[in-house]
Amino acid sequence: MKQRDDKILLGHGSGGRMMHDLIENLFLKHFSNSILDEQTDAAILNVGSEEIAFTTDSFVIDPLFFPGGNIGKLAVCGTVNDLAVSGAEPLYISVSMIIEEGFPMQGLELIVESLAAEAEKAGVLIVTGDTKVVNKGKCDKLFINTAGIGRVKKENRLVSKALDIQPGDVIIINGTIGDHGMAVMNARESFNFRTSIESDCASLNQLIREVLDQSPVKFMRDPTRGGVATVLNELVEKTKLGIEIDESALPILSGVKAMCELLGFDPLHIANEGKVLIVASEKDGNAILEILKKNELGLKSAIIGRVVADHPGKVVLKNETGGRRIVDSLSGDQLPRIC
Amino acid sequence: MKYVDEYRKKDLILSVSEKLKSISKKEIVLMEVCGGHTMAIHRFGLHSLLPSNIRLISGPGCPVCVSSQHFIDTAMAYSKLPGVIITTYGDLIRVPGSTTSLEKERANGSDVRIIYSVLDALEIAKKNPEKRVVFLGIGFETTAPLTAAAILQAQKEKIPNFFVLSAHKVMPPVMKALVDEGVKIDGFIAPGHVSAITGTAIYDTLASECGLGVVISGFEPVDMMHSVLMLTEQLESGTPKVEVQYQRVVQHDGNKIAQQILDDVFELRDDQWRGLGTIPKSGLRIRENLSAFDAEKHFQVDVPESTEPKGCICGQILRGLKTPVDCGLFAKKCTPADPVGACMVSGEGTCATYYKYRV
Repeated sequence: MKQRDDKILLGHGSGGRMMHDLIENLFLKHFSNSILDEQTDAAILNVGSEEIAFTTDSFVIDPLFFPGGNIGKLAVCGTVNDLAVSGAEPLYISVSMIIEEGFPMQGLELIVESLAAEAEKAGVLIVTGDTKVVNKGKCDKLFINTAGIGRVKKENRLVSKALDIQPGDVIIINGTIGDHGMAVMNARESFNFRTSIESDCASLNQLIREVLDQSPVKFMRDPTRGGVATVLNELVEKTKLGIEIDESALPILSGVKAMCELLGFDPLHIANEGKVLIVASEKDGNAILEILKKNELGLKSAIIGRVVADHPGKVVLKNETGGRRIVDSLSGDQLPRIC
Repeated sequence: MKYVDEYRKKDLILSVSEKLKSISKKEIVLMEVCGGHTMAIHRFGLHSLLPSNIRLISGPGCPVCVSSQHFIDTAMAYSKLPGVIITTYGDLIRVPGSTTSLEKERANGSDVRIIYSVLDALEIAKKNPEKRVVFLGIGFETTAPLTAAAILQAQKEKIPNFFVLSAHKVMPPVMKALVDEGVKIDGFIAPGHVSAITGTAIYDTLASECGLGVVISGFEPVDMMHSVLMLTEQLESGTPKVEVQYQRVVQHDGNKIAQQILDDVFELRDDQWRGLGTIPKSGLRIRENLSAFDAEKHFQVDVPESTEPKGCICGQILRGLKTPVDCGLFAKKCTPADPVGACMVSGEGTCATYYKYRV
């Protein structure tokens, strides 16, 4: 690690550049192995003749309840989606809770009911768990960790690895961006914006299965912390190609757009919890778009850009006014504790 | 989105771009002195839409960037005192001081809170009567009235634990100083929201004495292109003057109520600007009768002599003499994640904007 990082800062957990550096320079340095080094959302493991995907995620969101969901629903969706974008069919999840002394039982029950309801909706079983209670003030209300496993079909095993990306491939998203981050921010801070923005928090495994069953997909990732910009930057870094995004094609709710304008945020950096970015060849793009649009989680799906041979390693946005600008990964700490 | 989309129309922008090409072949250098303008130019890629003979350069318009190292170091010293809560707009917490930053002091246990309005700082003071709450006041005539209103509110509500460390500054003296120093420009694109408060007369001497055109501009791409066109037309006709492009917001006399509040709370003082040195009567100090809210009067801290980082050319960038790509640290040792100079920290800083947006 560089000398300046002698303490952990909030930015190290933001999903952007600082976290990327922390993982590279500390975690991978000590944990490195061929599976982890792939750095996909879920590890793909050989167990006998089967392949399974395995993932884990912790949830520290503040506030616990927000428009469109709560920490319980989010804890299921997050893990289910990490498995689904890895090409796996999610099967079983664990739920571990760290609860602050004095937490109201009624609130806990609401959260547990949401966990159960979302697991049922996503078709996964909660099969193991753990409970810890810590002294008042030693954690903030409630933290949840979930881990999950899923079965990987042979034909989908490479979908998270971005192996065959070519110039001309299209980039698709299944709906509006930035809803989750802005809904949580509006619920947390005292802006009192009169807006109906709700988190997009949803389990995407069924939607993704419909796509994978019907069409070849080259890459998938859920743009959570760090937003669409961070996923696309990781992709150009990995493929040594460029990406061009068309601003006028980006689906963004007017409320989200307005909040971002006021607060100086780029919607491309804002977290989503019910979105998947899909890269496919140009000839398959429209078919995938049609499949997505038939599902209620994909009504506003759009092709937002394409892979290009120009500007390798860079994501460039062609804006509505005809100008062009770079879209970088998120640096530092924009919105802490949004998941 | 209403009041935004109208000012981002591609056709309109391109038609201004065409007109610019037809009316002038002169080499023209215009300086914008507002971080919001710097952002808009790069975010919308306006450089690529201007004819090659017209160049825009960025002056000292980002409040975070021009705040002196001494101010940052003082804020840091306060943050280490017992029972102090520092409240600040978000950009400031990552600005490197001489040895550390507020972000790092927060990790060390200081209570540093990001707020979105100075009134939030007042609320924090009310809720924590046993603590001393310091608001770091930065910004120009646009944000200073809000700080002034908060101080008057604190006086009215008798909130004894609310303090302001003022680095508030005013715009005209630094613009004049740049001209006097010999920075070669042909006109200013002036910040619209400053004039929404002050009115337009603050720039009269720049036009009458220095012979420089000033166009007070809005922040959308159509506004910016329109302002460039107005300045170019002034140059072509040889009639430098103060004009308002941002007519939907700026009135000739400005906001009288805000001006009164500013005058009630602040008085002018000589002030330090990062990289530019001390500029006479360019800063705002809290008046003596309100000194109970002045952090500089209340807290006694020893702040060692501040040092500016080696190799950093923020000062020359703020003068419009160099661009970030001229700096040996830019995008190498100095990045938004690990900034060396202040221009890289703020989202409105010239270096951060170049790093983020420039294709």
